[in-house]
Amino acid sequence: MYPADLKYTDTHEWVRIEEKTGTVTVGISEYAVKQISDIVFLELPSVGDNLKKGSPFGAIESVKAVFDLNSPVTGEVTEVNQAITDNLDLLQTDPYGQGWMIKIKVESEDEFEALMNAVDYENHTRNA
Amino acid sequence: MKLIFEKSVAGRRGVRLPKCDVLAELAVPEELKRKQPPDLPEVSELETVRHWTELSRHNFGVDTNFYPLGSCTMKYNPKIGEEVAKYQGFSSLHPLLPQLRQGGVLTQGALQVIYETERLLSEITGMAEFTMQPLAGAHGELTGIMLIAAYHKSKGNRKTKVIIPDSAHGTNPASAAIAGYEVVSVPSNNNGVMDFNEFEKVLNEEVAAVMLTCPNTLGLFNPDIKKIADRTHQVGGLMYYDGANLNAILGKCRPGDIGFDVVHLNLHKTFGTPHGGGGPGAGPVGVKEHLKEFLPISLVVKRPDGTYALEYDRPKSIGYVAPFYGNFGVILKCYVYILLLGREGLIRVAENAVLNANYMMEKLKSYYHLPYDRRCMHEFVLSAKRQKEKGVKALDIAKRLLDFGFHPPTIYFPLIVEEAMMIEPTETESRETLDKFIEAMIQIAGEAEQEPQRLKDAPHNLDISRLDEVTAAREPNLRWKG
Repeated sequence: MYPADLKYTDTHEWVRIEEKTGTVTVGISEYAVKQISDIVFLELPSVGDNLKKGSPFGAIESVKAVFDLNSPVTGEVTEVNQAITDNLDLLQTDPYGQGWMIKIKVESEDEFEALMNAVDYENHTRNA
Repeated sequence: MKLIFEKSVAGRRGVRLPKCDVLAELAVPEELKRKQPPDLPEVSELETVRHWTELSRHNFGVDTNFYPLGSCTMKYNPKIGEEVAKYQGFSSLHPLLPQLRQGGVLTQGALQVIYETERLLSEITGMAEFTMQPLAGAHGELTGIMLIAAYHKSKGNRKTKVIIPDSAHGTNPASAAIAGYEVVSVPSNNNGVMDFNEFEKVLNEEVAAVMLTCPNTLGLFNPDIKKIADRTHQVGGLMYYDGANLNAILGKCRPGDIGFDVVHLNLHKTFGTPHGGGGPGAGPVGVKEHLKEFLPISLVVKRPDGTYALEYDRPKSIGYVAPFYGNFGVILKCYVYILLLGREGLIRVAENAVLNANYMMEKLKSYYHLPYDRRCMHEFVLSAKRQKEKGVKALDIAKRLLDFGFHPPTIYFPLIVEEAMMIEPTETESRETLDKFIEAMIQIAGEAEQEPQRLKDAPHNLDISRLDEVTAAREPNLRWKG
């Protein structure tokens, strides 16, 4: 159900690891988009911001509530997807593609070990 | 219904003013005059009255509908409070008067009201002194956290964190963050209260304060509360009490006796003053002896001769947090409310608020999922989880309740409950009203099974049905003729 080439956090961010460049692309899972529903606003960091693993890098707001977006790794923001802040529907239509949020230059690849694979993540959403 | 702008007819007037008799040389200079007249609707006085009266009839308020909006304590606001607030001696007072020479003599009554309300609140909560200045609950929170910061600074304590449970009102972490603290969130346990073991794990010397609502937003009293206070004090932290839910414990227990150092109250919740159109409220903050010197200026003091005065000479004060003396009219209504009910009355408030909530919870728990099935205090939280399987969300249930003439409960809060519906009946509702609401909720649970579409299309009986909330939030259009 969830793309097997991605890693996941328990707070529903997905991570695409690009080993060559030492960067990761981050977004939120289809499950998260569905749960949040009626998304009205997305706040993303700026290029050059330093992020800490587990700390918020932005916020996503629905009609109901505001949720933190948590950084899956420690590192520096190298790219931000400006296209989605103007077109939030991309989160629904293509959460793992055009719906990506930020790219991070990671500090230590050891942090990848704490991330879940697609099967574990699916179990996690079932128990949530 | 038409907008008032759409009722406008060119040339129609509401008021006819007499011919201007101001001398030409005193008139507004040409360069300061606007080039075009303001784009205001041109309507008669009668049409204006009808327009706003009709609008008010479309509204849901405590005076027209049962309003079980959880965490907001939408109780009846006794009209005697309005009567007293209208007394000319209060309503005509200029706020600068007590600061003028001899002005104190002319404002003794108002100063006495502030002073005595402050004393009454101190007695009710077990605190040493109150500032009556903060203008609303969140304003009180920020004031309280600033007092805590001032205290630690004066002691030379290096404190960076504030612990807050995950069921807290969003304003708690916001207030702590604005005051410059890092927020540490602690999860709730299976009983719906802050997990004591998880709390122990994050408690250390860096903790400036623990912010708690007790009972919490699930309407549950934390049985570990004394232990939490003692442990926090051991590491040099302070205890902050969010008074949003004080209604449940009025006269039964006092935050000060439990070990809380700072308390804010919402007079517009517990003390029967109107929430108005979103305000004004009042969020006075009470402190224990060791924090008194940091309270905002001014404070009303009673002199040895029995007269009252404003005191400004407090060198360690955090300074001004509001203009003048807070929302005086709200403080006055709170004073009336406390005197009206008296000690026994306030105790009855808590007892009936808790009884009403438990009555509804017991009647409804077989129809809706009740995530924390234990004796509640003044409110309880149901989940529309079971109905969601039929595609019906808490939002749909809330909208359908409007058809029955009820203001819906708070929905989607606290965040730790899926499809939350937070119901707070308050003490001022009759059993007949509670029963009608319960019947409506049971009927809606049936509709969710039988005809879910009926809920998704609700409300059916109001002039306006569902609004497009997503577009309204994404592209707010706040002006007529955009």
